[in-house]
Amino acid sequence: MTGGPEHRLFRPGDSPVHRLPPHCKLLALIGFVLATVSTPREAYWAFGAYAALLAVVAAVARVPAGFVLRRMLVETPFVLFALLLPFVADGPTVEVLGLTVSHDGLLGAWNVLAKGTLGVVAGVLLAATTELRALLLGLQKLRMPPLLVQIMSFMLRYGGVITAEMGRMRIARESRGFVARDLRQTPAVAKSAGALFIRSYERGERVHLAMLSRGYTGTMPILVDTRASAAQWAAAATLPAAALAVWAGALLR
Amino acid sequence: MHIPNGFIDGPVSAGAGVIAVAGVAVGLRGARRELDERTAPLAGLVAAFVFAVQMLNFPVAGGTSGHLLGGTLAAILVGPYTGVLCVAVVLLMQGLFFADGGLTALGLNITIMGVVTVVVGYGLYRLTLGLLPARHSSVPIAAFVGALVSVPAAACVFTLFYAIGGTTDVSIGKVAGAMIGVHVLIGIGEAIITAATVSSVLAVRPDLVHGARGLARPLELRSAGETR
Repeated sequence: MTGGPEHRLFRPGDSPVHRLPPHCKLLALIGFVLATVSTPREAYWAFGAYAALLAVVAAVARVPAGFVLRRMLVETPFVLFALLLPFVADGPTVEVLGLTVSHDGLLGAWNVLAKGTLGVVAGVLLAATTELRALLLGLQKLRMPPLLVQIMSFMLRYGGVITAEMGRMRIARESRGFVARDLRQTPAVAKSAGALFIRSYERGERVHLAMLSRGYTGTMPILVDTRASAAQWAAAATLPAAALAVWAGALLR
Repeated sequence: MHIPNGFIDGPVSAGAGVIAVAGVAVGLRGARRELDERTAPLAGLVAAFVFAVQMLNFPVAGGTSGHLLGGTLAAILVGPYTGVLCVAVVLLMQGLFFADGGLTALGLNITIMGVVTVVVGYGLYRLTLGLLPARHSSVPIAAFVGALVSVPAAACVFTLFYAIGGTTDVSIGKVAGAMIGVHVLIGIGEAIITAATVSSVLAVRPDLVHGARGLARPLELRSAGETR
């Protein structure tokens, strides 16, 4: 679907990471994230090692650093929040750059920033190397309820359409001189939201009828079966295995 | 703002994950009752609507802008079960594919922003509607009350999770004060937009508003010659 979110996230390519089956990559991501979040926050070197692992994955997948950095902007609000933590947390204080801050707050901010950022980068790499549709197939392979996968795939397919519809309404509002200045302009925006809901719902009804006329009985056929070979599983397992080694090292020290 | 990885400790995140899975499971069963075999396309399109509407920014005081969470709105428009499901699907997509909100905090995010806002918002909506006269004009008022309380309620539940499993030693009073204070303001914006959106849908397609079913007066048949 054109105009969908897919274009901004996915980087088409033919690297070894791109070619791995989606469910292998999903499990690798989950394993990696679990290892990072359960690492004690005082093991500073371990987080450097995790970051290095992700850098290797990015290099193998040929995803440039600039792309990852741009996509990381999504975490800006919580970075601001983490920067506040040293000033509001309790406990013994330390002097940093002439400022008196809470020791625990400083560690807490580091904890959230390090673990959060690693999670975001890992997620960005997954989305950059896997088509969203393939990811949904991967989720189905991992035994997510089929109805949930269907709902997600419809949301994905029509997300771009609905968003574009909203964009056209915004252009229509603004070309008639509308400027949203404060809460007094709410009724106009809310009427657009109402119209958007009606259009979305009616489109849903039309889609359902179109599906019925093509023989829909409640389940979607799986057109391409992606079976993972042992070699592919092994390749996908290298990231969580390396992370597990770092994690064990961090716990033993 | 979605909760990132490492913000709340493991056991509490896992506990919230169990609540979220249960919530989604109940939502899936209930949505089949609300929408029968149309569930997949309709819930999918409503989820896309929630996703789009969350991009609709409205200006709040001081140059900042807020956006709709949409839990109460979705529950009133399409029913509570489908509402939970749609918000959960939106959060799932954002967490899995857009790296917005941590993967291990997915359960927390779904519990707080999906289950709590819908249960509190829709519950209060029903309660308020029961107290008001059974007319279409009562619907936006009840929607206002439901949405108004749902957002600070979500902030309270966040504070509760933080009190049990927060990874940083911030006094609970400070967290509660900041979270609830900010979210009371956000709740007012949410309430205004929710009420206005519901009333605009009600004006055009009253049959689509799930929360207003049974309020319309039954149509009566009159012959041409009849006078009143």
